[in-house]
Amino acid sequence: MYDAPNTELHVTQNDIKIAARKVQVYYGDTHAIKDVDVDIEDKTVTAFIGPSGCGKSTFLRCINRMNDTIDICRVEGDIQIDGEDIYDKRVDPVQLRAKVGMVFQKPNPFPKSIYDNIAYGPKIHGLAKNKADLDEIVEKALRRGAIWDEVKDRLHAPGTGLSGGQQQRLCIARAVATEPEVLLMDEPCSALDPIATAQVEELIDELKQNYSVVIVTHSMQQAARVSQKTAFFHLGHLVEYGETGKIFTNPEDTRTESYITGRIG
Amino acid sequence: MTDASMQGGAAAPSRKSSIHTIDARTKKRNAAEARFKAYGLAAILVGLFFLVVLAVSIVRNGLPAFTETTVDLEFVLTEEQYQEAEGTLFKTAAYTDFFIAGLREQLVEDGVEVAFDEDAIERILGKVGGNLREFYRANEDKLGEPVSFTMSASSRVDGYMNGRVTRDGLEDSRFLMATDLDLVDVLRDAGIITQSFNWNFITGADSGVDNPGGAGIGASVVGSFFMMIVVLVLSLPIGVAASIYLEEFAPQNRFTDLIEVNISNLAAVPSIVFGILGLAVFIQFMHLPQSAPLVGGLVLTLMTLPTIIISTRASLKSVPPSIRDAALGVGASKMQAVFHHVLPLAMPGILTGTIIGLAQALGETAPLLLIGMVGFVARGYPDGFVGGFTEANSAMPAQIYTWAARADVSFYEKAWGGIIILLLFLLTMNIIAIILRRRFERRW
Repeated sequence: MYDAPNTELHVTQNDIKIAARKVQVYYGDTHAIKDVDVDIEDKTVTAFIGPSGCGKSTFLRCINRMNDTIDICRVEGDIQIDGEDIYDKRVDPVQLRAKVGMVFQKPNPFPKSIYDNIAYGPKIHGLAKNKADLDEIVEKALRRGAIWDEVKDRLHAPGTGLSGGQQQRLCIARAVATEPEVLLMDEPCSALDPIATAQVEELIDELKQNYSVVIVTHSMQQAARVSQKTAFFHLGHLVEYGETGKIFTNPEDTRTESYITGRIG
Repeated sequence: MTDASMQGGAAAPSRKSSIHTIDARTKKRNAAEARFKAYGLAAILVGLFFLVVLAVSIVRNGLPAFTETTVDLEFVLTEEQYQEAEGTLFKTAAYTDFFIAGLREQLVEDGVEVAFDEDAIERILGKVGGNLREFYRANEDKLGEPVSFTMSASSRVDGYMNGRVTRDGLEDSRFLMATDLDLVDVLRDAGIITQSFNWNFITGADSGVDNPGGAGIGASVVGSFFMMIVVLVLSLPIGVAASIYLEEFAPQNRFTDLIEVNISNLAAVPSIVFGILGLAVFIQFMHLPQSAPLVGGLVLTLMTLPTIIISTRASLKSVPPSIRDAALGVGASKMQAVFHHVLPLAMPGILTGTIIGLAQALGETAPLLLIGMVGFVARGYPDGFVGGFTEANSAMPAQIYTWAARADVSFYEKAWGGIIILLLFLLTMNIIAIILRRRFERRW
């Protein structure tokens, strides 16, 4: 009883990082996302859960405009990061993506050395003035990706030679190397074994100190473990959004309850 | 419920079978599989058989082109004879006569016992007069001194030395009498007629129709080389740029669909169509020189582009989309994603496609017939060919075609020899393709 309001207070202290209003996404004639309104907080892990095809990944990819690369995809509505509309005509998606990093479902390191994997982003954005700078950025990113100790002796070995879990942490390190403000993760652990998953989850927990992390997951246990806020998507609608604890223990919507108890999905 | 379980119980023993006995159905399936394997093996063996037949016949027919039969003679032409020859109407014939006289003297000196006459020597020698005259006009100071000449023998003597012409069934003609062969044997024993490796075949230019011994494929190798440079320089950048645009940047709509379908269609257009297009556009409209490697290269570029575009697009497509996502995800622009990540990964495929396209172009004959790269005799070789993009030239397949169409059987032999050279080039290109692919793949 004493704890509850305190947690509430703690959570609402965070600023709103991403604000989405009436977001619609169409793939050709298919209406994939319908009227999604959501406020995602800074320095918080927000989990998107829901059955396959519910639109959670689609919505995630709207936040860094990765959907722009799909010809038939059309986004309507309003998504703001720090009060700026990311679908404004003046926004260059390339610049936006430096600010909103992304980690994908399957670990996808470039077929280059570990060092080059991390250094690529900072290089193209001009974050390093010289080699020493770049070395420092690479080390910092690898440390934040919790993989430095494992790879520091073989920075010039190919990134594709690492194990699955290491590759995924390398990808996370690569994403944080460009100093983003938001980190989007699309089922980052679906290709990993339980031990690697635990390592990545631990990492996500640390990352929330600096970033607003949005994670799409199929595992409800994972959502419960790592996130402070959870959003439940179903058939393109955002059904329910709130404190993770509340969503899992006392959902308001019957669809959320059915999904969590395994009756739909 | 009870009925069902009892029925099941009754049926069970009859369905029970040992896995040690193979039932009829399995036997049938196994037999079908064995038959299929046999068909496959037979097909491969038939293919191999034809390959061996092809290789053997090419080598057997083509190898004689690499040896030449020569008449070696130390010969003196005096100042007076020179003036006399230059004063006659048929100058080269006069030189030939002097050479024959020289050879005759040599034979008498050696004490050759076989009866022979001047005509026999003329039949054995090729047309030497032209070469002699050319030599003495260039080196007048050598007049009166002994000079040792190596002159190619006539094509029939060459055939006799190679085993193509035999005494059996030899009918006397104005080209070769059976008795001439006795003289040839004597000359061979005397070391005047010898066989040696025919460097001229590899380095030389085509000769006139009456001189198969002097014909070489060198000039057309140079011509083919210039054409391949034109094809490579034009089709690789254009083809790769077009494929990258179509694959990575172009919107998917009716227009790009149309382009795509037409590129596939172009790849199937007969090459002679490109030839007549080249004739109309490059020669008749743009007035580029006929028979030039530049025009040949342009025509072959048109032919090669679809091949390169198709293979480049296929290899771009085979790069996993996750790599593009990864690059875009860290804030690379589309162009950076393509040039830094996708293109290097697609490179082995692109190179293989390009080299296969080039190999195809190298062996292409039909379009060259239409732009006049056949039936041409080199003048001023090799000097005139070094800068030769716009100089008239031939190409290897066109040269082979020209030789095969000539009446003298010695040229037929040259055609086979030319095929050996062409195949060697193709083999080299394919090996380069394999090495490049391996090298690039190892990097990833």
